[in-house]
Amino acid sequence: MNFFLETLFGGLLSGTMYSLVAIGFVLIYKASGVFNFAQGAMLLFAALTCVSLQEAGLPFAAAVAASVVVMGLLALAIERAVLRPLVARSQITLFMATLGLSFIIEGLAQGLMGAEVRALDLGIDDVPVFVGDVMLSQFDLFAAATAAVLVLVLALLFNKTRVGVSLRAVADDTRAALSIGINLNRIWQIVWAVAGVVGLVAGLLWGARQGVQFSLSLVVLKALPVLIIGGFTSIGGAIVGGLIVGAAENLAEVYVGPLVGGGITSWFAYFLALAFLYVRPAGLFGERAIERV
Amino acid sequence: MSVPMPSGQILDVRDISLSFKGVKAISGLSFSVQRGEICALIGPNGAGKSSLLNVLNGVYRPDAGEVIFEDIHYRRITPLEAARRGIGRTFQNNALFKRMSVIDNILSGLSRHARAGFFAQALGLPPARREAREHRELAERTLAFLELQAHRDTPVGNLAYGLQKRVELGRALIAGPSLLLLDEPMAGMNADEKREMSRFVAEVNRGLGTTVVLIEHDIGVVMSLSSHVVVLDYGRKVGDGTPAEVRANPEVIAAYLGTVQ
Amino acid sequence: MSNLSHQLPAPFEHAPLALVPRAIPWGAAALLIVAFAGVPWLAGDYWLNAILIPFLVLSLAGLGLNLLTGYAGQTSVGSAGFMAVGAFATYAFLLRVPVLPLPVALLAGGAVAAAVGFVFGIPSDRIKGFYLMATTLAAQFFLEWVFTKFPWFYNHASSGTIAAPRLALFGHDIYGPVGRYLLTLSVVTLLTWVARNLVGSRLGRNWMAIRDMDTAAAVIGIDVDHHKRLAFAVSSFYLGIAGALWAFAYLGTASASSFDINRSFQILFIIIIGGMGSVAGNFIGAAFISLLPIFLSQAGQALLGGNVDPGQIQNLQKIIFGALIITFLVKEPEGLVRLLASLRERLAVWPLRF
Repeated sequence: MNFFLETLFGGLLSGTMYSLVAIGFVLIYKASGVFNFAQGAMLLFAALTCVSLQEAGLPFAAAVAASVVVMGLLALAIERAVLRPLVARSQITLFMATLGLSFIIEGLAQGLMGAEVRALDLGIDDVPVFVGDVMLSQFDLFAAATAAVLVLVLALLFNKTRVGVSLRAVADDTRAALSIGINLNRIWQIVWAVAGVVGLVAGLLWGARQGVQFSLSLVVLKALPVLIIGGFTSIGGAIVGGLIVGAAENLAEVYVGPLVGGGITSWFAYFLALAFLYVRPAGLFGERAIERV
Repeated sequence: MSVPMPSGQILDVRDISLSFKGVKAISGLSFSVQRGEICALIGPNGAGKSSLLNVLNGVYRPDAGEVIFEDIHYRRITPLEAARRGIGRTFQNNALFKRMSVIDNILSGLSRHARAGFFAQALGLPPARREAREHRELAERTLAFLELQAHRDTPVGNLAYGLQKRVELGRALIAGPSLLLLDEPMAGMNADEKREMSRFVAEVNRGLGTTVVLIEHDIGVVMSLSSHVVVLDYGRKVGDGTPAEVRANPEVIAAYLGTVQ
Repeated sequence: MSNLSHQLPAPFEHAPLALVPRAIPWGAAALLIVAFAGVPWLAGDYWLNAILIPFLVLSLAGLGLNLLTGYAGQTSVGSAGFMAVGAFATYAFLLRVPVLPLPVALLAGGAVAAAVGFVFGIPSDRIKGFYLMATTLAAQFFLEWVFTKFPWFYNHASSGTIAAPRLALFGHDIYGPVGRYLLTLSVVTLLTWVARNLVGSRLGRNWMAIRDMDTAAAVIGIDVDHHKRLAFAVSSFYLGIAGALWAFAYLGTASASSFDINRSFQILFIIIIGGMGSVAGNFIGAAFISLLPIFLSQAGQALLGGNVDPGQIQNLQKIIFGALIITFLVKEPEGLVRLLASLRERLAVWPLRF
């Protein structure tokens, strides 16, 4: 029983990492209707920036702050160069544009800051912690706590600030928001900046776990099953989706994996998402799209 | 030159009810359409006219009631099956394939008639080529009938709205349906364009014997084009008869108060 | 008007028919003659091995993906997975059924890929657009995993790689660059001809209708589910053969990692840059992707005097690709093929300018 609980909780905790990445997607999707494939590249870029600044001598807090600024500038550039010219186009077109964007950001990241794997030390050792008889990873607990704090901050941002209310208006009905004078471009810049910061947090956590390297940008692919299960438009859904994917993946790998040679985490989540799509095509929390002829 | 028309009912709508999330779109609607007539469905916006067409060709599933088309009884039919049985349809919002040319759009209406298999098409075998040629001839004739030859290769999305409606008619027409459902075929047209479109619809009815059910707001068009009018209001039938009868019906006048042209 | 049960009204039967006579494609014929007869003598081994063969194979892969994504409108990021199926299936046939001649083994490999593609296309009746990407990602990662985890597929080689046991046609060994080039060229020419037939036929039209508005396509009587599955199958057939050629005509040896997610993205780029919904565009896109790295490294050598870090070249390449994709999506969504066509039109009237 213990082993099962450990596997389950371990999965749930690593699921929060997925949730973090997915939250970045949800923010952008809600506000601009774009599935931002470049989220992974942004993660990589943010983490690399922070690590490079640290290596250049800045203390951790300053490096983080500077990285936040960098991500803000990146968001401005993206809004100007990619979003504005493509404003009325189809979802698939926008997605492909973010595909191109991810290439640009990856090229920049590795070109400017190098392609070697960088160790990232957040000061949290990955030691086992015992809750009752169940062994959990200290790092995973820290990651989960960070995610919770982040979600709280975002919730405050959206519900208590004027910018947040505008963001929700844009997400709800873009045309109506425009007609009451909300500056769409400004909103997009803010959303992409916030997503960039979320990416920074996620990037730092993932980087601490597995080193800051190129494969970080492929983490975005795992976000797709999370979003399919949890819906593209709900932060709560992203969290639940991440937990489900993390737990299911871990359980599958541990219990089913040995039967087929292991390594099924590379594809299991996608089949899970497929199964969900058959049963609930819009995800757990998403909205059904109605096509009118 | 008319084709002699077999008499009798082609369509019998029996007690159809349809609701969306508790809102009743259609309540207990019954009427019938004779073979070879032009039947106009009129009524204020939101009266359930488009929904009825959607029920007839299987896009919506009614909650109750039955449709009898030719000798087929159904409550629910798939659009594919409806098309195959001979029901043609145009749409309020122009469900055309915007990136394809006019002639390709019209040709797409012949899909259900096609017989050439995959390998015949892939290898350019004679049966496929022959069928393609025949279809192409039919499409050209349709283009000529609807006076669209000049726009043959234009992507439909680039055409004016009125012309798009004509292309849609062509697409529905080329497959030789026995029942043609037209959803506001003259929306957005000026008087000249309406006259032209009416002419085309009348020719299709007279020359081919195709039964037409159309949704239309322009009362002048309705009166001159149709021989049978059904009036809907809030999903219920409030009038059913010849244009003259319906015009004099007090319930119809009440429903239309303020919108008479 | 044989088996059609209706006709249009009499006055209109005399309308002039605008049937276009089949024009003889002189341009394409000349190109083929040069490609078959001229190139093997003129091009050196390097050009054949490193540029022309991969260019042709990538064009074929692009063509396969274009049929599914550009014509039928089903976005797929799993192309490389189906290429892997073709490569490993062809390998299995060549290895275990030695009596099969090479072309048959290739076809059989393609057929297996088509079957696998068909299976992964089944969800497309319920799952649309974006969400379908998850299905193709499932295919990509699952297939990659299968060809890594199960040694039967690579004949228990410790390196996990496969290599063609024999490359011979009608008794002639075609292991050399010219032989492999001609094999690839023949296959690509044949399959391109078939693709042109398909996209110009009713099937191609049905696919495009589904791409533009599948609900409308269903309503006018097109069997949308069948056509989507067929698109997956045909596309995977092409991709499978491309995969086999990639492994045996180009690389020599291949493993599952030769067909990873980055390869899938590469093929997607080919069709975006070359032009989605076009046959010629795939060649343009593939040419671009094949030649740009060479151009960049030559330019780098020239400008920086030979001191160029290949890693930085790759990064620069990435940035350029990304920027190009965005530029094309903004300015010319139909890709290079439309750009070149407009250029040609403008050149034709250039002196007049009006």
